Amino acid sequence: MSENRIAVTKTYKLYIGGAFPRSESGRSYPVVDANGGFLANAAQGSRKDARDAVAAARKAFAGWSGATAYNRGQVLFRVAEVLEGRREQFAAEVAACEGVPAKKAQSLVDAAIDRWVWYAGWTDKVATVLGASNPVAGPYFSFSVPEPTGVVAVLAPQESSLLGLISVVAPVIATGNTAVVVTSQDRPLPAVTLSEVLATSDLPGGVVNVLTGRTAEIAPWLASHADVNALDLTGAPESARADLERAAAGTVKRVLRARPAEDFTGEPGLARLRAFLETKTVWHPIGV
Amino acid sequence: MAAPSTSPSLPPALADAVRDDASLRRFLHGLPGVDQVGVEQRAAGLGTRSIKKASKQWAIDTAISMVDLTTLEGADTHGKVRSLAAKARRPDPDHPDVPRVAAVCVYPDMVETAVEELRGTGIDIASVATAFPSGRSSLKVKLEDTAYAVDAGATEIDMVIDRGAFLSGRYGQVFDEIVQVKHACGDAHLKVILETGELATYDNVRRASWLGLLAGGDFIKTSTGKVSPAATLPVTHVMLQAVRDWHTQTGELRGVKPAGGIRTTKDAIKYLVAVHEVAGPEWLTPTLFRFGASTLLNDLLMQRRTQLAGHYSGPDYVTVD
Repeated sequence: MSENRIAVTKTYKLYIGGAFPRSESGRSYPVVDANGGFLANAAQGSRKDARDAVAAARKAFAGWSGATAYNRGQVLFRVAEVLEGRREQFAAEVAACEGVPAKKAQSLVDAAIDRWVWYAGWTDKVATVLGASNPVAGPYFSFSVPEPTGVVAVLAPQESSLLGLISVVAPVIATGNTAVVVTSQDRPLPAVTLSEVLATSDLPGGVVNVLTGRTAEIAPWLASHADVNALDLTGAPESARADLERAAAGTVKRVLRARPAEDFTGEPGLARLRAFLETKTVWHPIGV
Repeated sequence: MAAPSTSPSLPPALADAVRDDASLRRFLHGLPGVDQVGVEQRAAGLGTRSIKKASKQWAIDTAISMVDLTTLEGADTHGKVRSLAAKARRPDPDHPDVPRVAAVCVYPDMVETAVEELRGTGIDIASVATAFPSGRSSLKVKLEDTAYAVDAGATEIDMVIDRGAFLSGRYGQVFDEIVQVKHACGDAHLKVILETGELATYDNVRRASWLGLLAGGDFIKTSTGKVSPAATLPVTHVMLQAVRDWHTQTGELRGVKPAGGIRTTKDAIKYLVAVHEVAGPEWLTPTLFRFGASTLLNDLLMQRRTQLAGHYSGPDYVTVD
């Protein structure tokens, strides 16, 4: 390779409905590494991109929530297989974005892939754990089953660019929701690569939609959108959280509040799986 | 050939065209050909106009007032027609200021139900007739079909032309059919469905448009909605040119109705731009331009809510049908 070869600089696009469109606004912004060196350009999503992403997520919801839990588990496990094949690329991007040593980056990537597999395993178990057959004093069966909430807008963590991202996205789709994800504003590259992974695995288009850009610009449109059913505020700027919650209340969304300094390396628990499920209780007459 | 029942005083050139079969053919084949590339490019170009803010709100309200709310399914029930009529009267119950739609469009046996539901509202009742959608039946049956709908109280009749006869060049036959159906309509307005998806070329669309206008159709309508492609912008363009030229030659205003495949507000606004640019601003009224649609209305209502509320709306906030 010649020494004065000019590297191909990338300008990434959004991931909406299984396709990679440019931002409707035509904007992009430079992404820099932890030391300020140029990495790539990312698309700067606008409110109309958010609108399109919600439409795509809504379209995908019936198919994804209607798929058997076992099938969703298989699809998510397939995603983990493709993630595994890109370990090196993820490690390089995490190291560049987060400014951590190569070894640390590698362990973060491994933890992220393991996290994905862990949630993939939960798809067909969550109903047993969170559902119930209720004892009632009457000639009825009564049982409660968890059902997905719908379209979930996820504001991904700003700091943890891959492990944090996967920790917020995987539980949303594992339970049958579809997601519109706004990535970390300054560290979007692992999310862009994740969208390439999703596009080349078996996940139906529209189940996960990835928007890069300014969180503060896109989030209010998602929070007020009447066709979004839930909102995860994890990556929301602190100053905007109250306003976002207020906007979300306008259309009665479920809101998952941001926890201060959330550590994604620890045990995840069921909280995020439970956050975007609704319990449906059915009374069924017997003896007819 | 039967004489057209309207336009008693056609200008000499047009009066000569409808004298007999041969002169009708001569006239229709003498119409200038359509520049296919040109009309498609022009239609695409007008489609890029950006309509925002107050103009958009005006366009949405105008489009709502032009909708012929349609249900033409084998599975239609009286209940479905009643709920459609309720939606026509008050499209968005949360916003009473939303204009009514122009008409409800149903099969002839549903007209009575629609008439009962819409009495006193000023909303027209349109009925398809003449062996819709294929038009494959005897003239007698077609005329009875029309009379059945008119007797039941339909104020507008959407007839289909005999595409087989048109495509094999029997223009006189098509012309006579339209004239007789128009006669059977009495006071009801007649919309002539050309079914442009089956006419193959823009030249044929232009000929069929003129044929419909010469025979006395109050509206020319693109399609039944049962054939793909249904309404497209370039086809509507050609038809709008025909009504504009008709106006220049006779002074009469005739309408155009694209139907089928128009589902989004964006599409509807593109059509309104085309109406304004090709025919002229006086056509921007429900008496001269209509949308044949069912799902379009919901999208218009959602967009209207988005404009008013300042945030995006969703399908949970409008009725399913």
